[in-house]
This record gives sequence, C-alpha cells and structure tokens, in this order.
Amino acid sequence: MATKASRTAARLMMAPAVTLLLGWMLVPLVMTLYFSFADYRPLRNVFEPWAGFGNYERFVTSSAFWPSVWTTLVLVGAVLAITVVLGILLAMLLDQPIWGRGAVRILVISPFFVMPTVSALVWKNMMLDPVNGVFSHVARLLGAQPYDFLTQAPLPSIVLIVSWQWLPFATLILLTAVQSLDREQLEAAEMDGAPPLARFRYLVLPHLARAITIVILIQTIFLLSIFAEIFVTTGGSFGTRTLTYLVFQRVLEAQNVGLGSAGGILAVLLANVVAIFLMRIVGRNLDA
Amino acid sequence: MGRIELKGVRKAFGEVEVIPPLDLAIEDGEFCVFVGPSGCGKSTLLRLIAGLEDTSGGHIEIDGLDMTDTPPARRGLAMVFQSYALYPHMSVRKNIAFPMKMAGVDAAEQARRIEAAARALNLSDYLDRRPGQLSGGQRQRVAIGRAIVREPSAFLFDEPLSNLDAALRVGMRMEIGELHEQLSTTMIYVTHDQVEAMTMADRIVVLRAGRIEQVGTPLDLYRSPRNLFVAGFIGSPRMNFVEGEEAGRHGAHTIGIRPEHVRVGEGPWRGTVGVSEHLGSDTFLHVHGTGLAETITVRAGGEVPLRGGDPVSLAPEEGKLHRFGPDGLRL
Repeated sequence: MATKASRTAARLMMAPAVTLLLGWMLVPLVMTLYFSFADYRPLRNVFEPWAGFGNYERFVTSSAFWPSVWTTLVLVGAVLAITVVLGILLAMLLDQPIWGRGAVRILVISPFFVMPTVSALVWKNMMLDPVNGVFSHVARLLGAQPYDFLTQAPLPSIVLIVSWQWLPFATLILLTAVQSLDREQLEAAEMDGAPPLARFRYLVLPHLARAITIVILIQTIFLLSIFAEIFVTTGGSFGTRTLTYLVFQRVLEAQNVGLGSAGGILAVLLANVVAIFLMRIVGRNLDA
Repeated sequence: MGRIELKGVRKAFGEVEVIPPLDLAIEDGEFCVFVGPSGCGKSTLLRLIAGLEDTSGGHIEIDGLDMTDTPPARRGLAMVFQSYALYPHMSVRKNIAFPMKMAGVDAAEQARRIEAAARALNLSDYLDRRPGQLSGGQRQRVAIGRAIVREPSAFLFDEPLSNLDAALRVGMRMEIGELHEQLSTTMIYVTHDQVEAMTMADRIVVLRAGRIEQVGTPLDLYRSPRNLFVAGFIGSPRMNFVEGEEAGRHGAHTIGIRPEHVRVGEGPWRGTVGVSEHLGSDTFLHVHGTGLAETITVRAGGEVPLRGGDPVSLAPEEGKLHRFGPDGLRL
C-alpha cells in the first residue's frame, strides 16, 4: 500500500478536506486577531484598521476583567470537582447488579441530551424559582422560607445547573472504565485482606486515573465556553460574568467589535494556560 | 497447619446445582489436585474454599474451625489466580507487600519477607518493575510471591499454568513442586490437565459435574480407576475401551487397556496402522480395523518401523486389563 505513488495519491485526495478544515479554523482566528487590533464599532460607523494594543489595554484594565477570569476559574473548577467526585460514586453504584439497571443507566445519561438553553430555563423556572420552583414548594412544605437561589447564590446555582448537565458525561466515561477492571484483581485484593475502602483506594482509583484525566481535559474545554446557562439565568449579573460572557457583552451589548475580539484572543490564551496547567498535573496519566 | 474439611458442601446458582452435597478432607501438608474436564465445578469448589463464593449448604472447616461464613481474608488462605491478578499500577515489590500492608505488618518484617520470597522465586532483579514489564512466567512467580508472604495455612491455585507456553509450564510445574517441598504447606491445585495432576499431586480428586468420581494417589488412579470416566481421563494417550464379545471373553461389559500395555507382535488382535506418531522416544500407533473398537492406540518403542497402511498384530498384557461392568464401575 505504502508505495511512493499511492502515498502521493493519498495526499492529493486528502488535500481538499485538509484545506477546507484549515480554512475553517484559520479564517475566524485571523479575523479575530485582525479586529482585535482595530477600532471597530459598526453602529457608530467607526472603523480604524490599526489601533495598536489599545483594545487589549482597555479590556485588561477594565474593572470587569479580573473578576470575570476568577469567575471562569471558579465555575470550571467547581463543576469539575462535583462531576468527577459524583461521577465516580455514580459509576460505582451503576456497576452494581441492581434491579432495572439498564433503565437506570439510560435515565442517568439523559440530562446530557437536554440542550443547555432548555435545561437552564427548566432549572430557572421550575426548580430554583422562589415562587413556583420545586425547591420552594419543598421548603414551604417543611415550613421554611423559600430560598431565592439565583439572587442569593447565583454562581453556585449556575454551578449546580452545569454540573447536572455534565455529570452524565463523567459518569458514562467512568462507568466504562469501572467495568473494564479485572474482577480477579478485586478478588485477589479481597483474599489479601483489603477491606472495600482499601480496594477502592488501591485498585479502583488507580485504574480510573486515565478515565478521570480524560473527563477533566474534555470537560475543561467545554466548560471554559459556558454561555447559554449564564445568558438564560442571570444574564451575567451578580458576579456570574465569565470571560466568555464578558466578550459577548463587549461585542453585542456595547457593539465594540475590536474590544470584544481582543477579549476573545485573551480567552484563547487563558484556555491554553489552563490546558497546559492541566496537562502538567494530570496529563502524565495518559502515558503508559 | 492447614487441614481443610468439606462437610456436605453444596453450591447452586439459582436453579442449577453445580455442586451436589460433597464431602472431602484435605490433610495438613498435602498437595491435593482437583482435576476434571472444563465445567466440572472444580474452580467453583476452590472458590467456595477460598470464600469468594457463598456455599448453598454444608460446612467448610479449616483446622477444625467452622469457616463457612468467615470472609476470605480471615480464612488464612492465599490464592493464585489463572490471570495472575497482579495490581498493574504497583511495582513487583508493592504487589508482594500489599497483603502485609493490609495486615499491618511492620516495615522491617515486610522487607525481610519480600527479600526471602524474591530470593526463593528468582525475582530479586525485578522488584522495582511493573507487572506489565514482566514475562508470563515472571508474573506467575510474583503472584506466588504475593501468596507466600502471607504465610497462609494453605495455598489455593486456580489453573495457574494455563496461560503459559508448554516449555514454561513444565518449568513452573517443577518450581511449584519444589516450593511445596520447602514449605510443606497444604496446597490445593485446580487444573484440567491430567499431566499436571499426575506429576504434582500427593492426592488427586477427579471431578465430573460437581461430583467426586475418585480420590486417590496418582498411581492409585492409574492402576485401579474406579469407573470408566476416571479410566478415560487419567493417562495419556487415553485408555482403549473394548466392548462386546471380546469384553465378554474376560467376563466384563467393557474392558480397558492402556496404550502402553499393548505390545506389537504376535497376538490375538489384528488390524491396520492408520496414523503413526513418531516422537523419537515413543511411537503412538493408531490401529484401525481390529473389529474391537474404532481405533486402538498403541504405545510402541521409538524405533518401530511401522507406517500407515501396514498390517499389525497386537497382544494386550492380560494382567493389565481393566474390567468394567454395564454400569461403568470397575469389577
């Protein structure tokens, strides 16, 4: 197969797809880079093709910038912690031979099929709402004062919604990993006198290390760009403005394309910093 | 100490009874082999003794104490699994140390026992490697090392050699035998390979469909199998069975004669050589057309010049004939 002629032919045939994909990626990135150095406010009819680093300077020095970076990191970190811990517990539970396991598994996976906008709306109006929400009904039933989640604790509420959405993904990946653990190893550990907790710590957790790494890396990529959940619930107020949301506000609410583009480039940089940081910590689990 | 006694032990998975009530006593220091065709319940029996399966009835006593409901870790038994079941993310040293760590043995004692086990099993150079970097035979030795350091009252082996290649299997067979000599601890060994059973065992337990067909020393089973099943299972190549008139002449429903007890030369049985397998030391002749059975297997000397198609005359050694009744039992 791998003769010189066939390899040349293969390259030729792959070329259109590769070119298209490359263009697909590069054009928006280059456009964003270009705009980030321009003073571009379409509604005011301002277009200055070269504004130097002015946009970057304004974006970073604005009072909203550092809080938004912090919010992003808190949101991502909290959701990761919740989904990984609960995901491991759920995976262990679903691995047990319980009655109706198939149905339970499908139910556990189902939140992942709900679109982010829809799930955020459902949570906002039917679960967390201080008047009509399920939680407020429960609170009243118990004689307590209903709690206005989105006003009193906006960021934890969003963390809750996003965690609910991503828990199925973590559970699914971790469940397949749990199932691939050799039963004889567990039995050997049982014979060796390891109680259940020790078996979990010395056998199950190390076995799950790679799956946990994958969950963390993939989720981080998606969580950094969380948008719909914030847009639908708080609209970025009460300290729930992430970097992504700040970029959105600069471009669409303030109609400042240049400033927003600079923010977009900074967001790309932040994502890379986080990714490198994560690879350093957990990436070595992917070797061997 | 390690005397294991099974009293009326029974195991059923739902409706299916895999082991009907069974009694067996394994003496202290004995090398006992459970042998039988696959699916005969020998591994299940071992797992019942280990405590990895719950009994459906009966009692398991170890050194006179009822251990039927004792969790596996507290029975004082160590098990070596077919897949070795090593912990892949731990070094060899940590694998061997694991049971001691769980038992809270102090570090100096741990180091001493690991050292001793590694020396006995030729693992000293590999202590810091991971199981993934070892060959099959080395992994097997690590699994045995992990069992030894617990200083158990009995070892349980579940087909430990079946994942090894033929040459390695012979070597490990010797090593396990030597280990038994050194430790003189009770060992229960499960295998489907009757050669392993014959070469290693003090006593063999032949199982079929969860029932004990016969218990005895290897030579007992070889010399006087209790029934047709044991006669056919023990010995390689298989014993020849002849029914009908020829059997009637010896006053039996079926007669059995081992290939090594049939001589080539002037004799009452005549046939044609089908396939002849020359092993150098021996020649196995598969003789057809004798009118006795489809094939009579004969073990002849290594230099026998017979080839396929040659006519041959066979003489069974009368004293080595096994006679069985219509119910399959030895007469």
